[in-house]
Amino acid sequence: MIELVLNNAHLVGRGLLVTLESSALVIVIATLAGLIGGIGLLYGPLPIRLLLRIYVDTIRGIPLLVLIFAIFYGLPALGSQISSFAAAILAISVFGTAHVSEVVRGAVDSIPEGQTEAAKAIGLTFFKRLRYVILPQALARLIPPWTNTAVELVKSSSLLALVSIVDLLYSTDQIAARTRQPLLFYGVAALLYFIINYSISSVGARVEKKFTY
Amino acid sequence: MYHLNWRPVFQNFDLLWHGLLLGLGLALLSLALGSIIGMLGAFARVYGNRTTRSIATAYTEFVRNIPLLLIIYFVYYGLGLMGFQLFDNVWSFVVALSFYSGAYLAEVFRAGVQAVPAGAVEAGKAIGLTPYKTMQFIVIPLTFRIALPSLSNTFISMFKDTSLAAAISVPELTYGAMVINTNSWRILEVYTTVAIMYLITCYALAGLLRLVERRYAMVR
Repeated sequence: MIELVLNNAHLVGRGLLVTLESSALVIVIATLAGLIGGIGLLYGPLPIRLLLRIYVDTIRGIPLLVLIFAIFYGLPALGSQISSFAAAILAISVFGTAHVSEVVRGAVDSIPEGQTEAAKAIGLTFFKRLRYVILPQALARLIPPWTNTAVELVKSSSLLALVSIVDLLYSTDQIAARTRQPLLFYGVAALLYFIINYSISSVGARVEKKFTY
Repeated sequence: MYHLNWRPVFQNFDLLWHGLLLGLGLALLSLALGSIIGMLGAFARVYGNRTTRSIATAYTEFVRNIPLLLIIYFVYYGLGLMGFQLFDNVWSFVVALSFYSGAYLAEVFRAGVQAVPAGAVEAGKAIGLTPYKTMQFIVIPLTFRIALPSLSNTFISMFKDTSLAAAISVPELTYGAMVINTNSWRILEVYTTVAIMYLITCYALAGLLRLVERRYAMVR
């Protein structure tokens, strides 16, 4: 049994690498775009606020799989030359950005109004207020829901298997069928997903502790 | 240039409509089964001894960190490969979603059980209810009422999760979209329609559940 795992380790590893790579990409893109989105949701001019609100609420009401299929098959139909991996990553990023935006909005919105007023009173500009007063405090409240979203995004990367991208789940599916050892290989995959997500959660918890005043 | 042609979508609309209803049914059934698992898990974590507590904790922590699709594949393909052809694709999905959502519901109910006021339990004892009857008439009903808002959020995300049933050819809404797409290649029209159907259903459910909450939810 150990031998069976070792013989297929390189295939599991290749899938794992795709899962790690796509998850990392999506988390980074969604976090950066979501920061901008969340701040836009709160402080943007009315038209931008409205558009962002529609974007966030629409995306959160549609299953990710539908979004992936729409972008994965829809963009090429519109004549785009995008690669299948890029299309899938784009879809999950669009989804992740909506969720992170809402998380950021919630965290920033939870900082009492008095903080902004005090910062205005000592003459800080908008960006300085955000940079030195609001965001440092919002960060501690942002980390727990952000961690949840990051974990969701790692789990969501398994949907890449449904558009034939060989991620951890897809390779596991193949190996399990070939070796007829599903319990073993699905177990290994589950454990790997668990380790990735558990690490994200524990790093998140540590960072949260560090930024809590 | 892409020319929109909605006719294939509307000619096959019954496929989508039945898919939507099936998705709602799958979510409802899984919610019922998942709630049983979740209740057991919550009680194990709150009232259980050390062994049951750690089993329940391990279950919730593990399952919430692995993808639903992996569980679906394992139940549908994996168990079959191992010689346990217990379920067809629809039931495989219900089993997988119940098992997955059970972990989330265990957390929802755990918060609920812990928020049941101690005075309510004491009142039950005072009027002479047995511990079992106290559970039945006081703790469980109050848990549901306290957990109602989280419960409705979980239900909505479970409904969205039913889209993954398409991966094992369960004819729900997303699968209907895949079929129409394969037959007609009206990609944008199909997925726009399906997205709007999901969107309307999710917001209708949210609105409906808010009404239920207003009637039954208990504010801590």
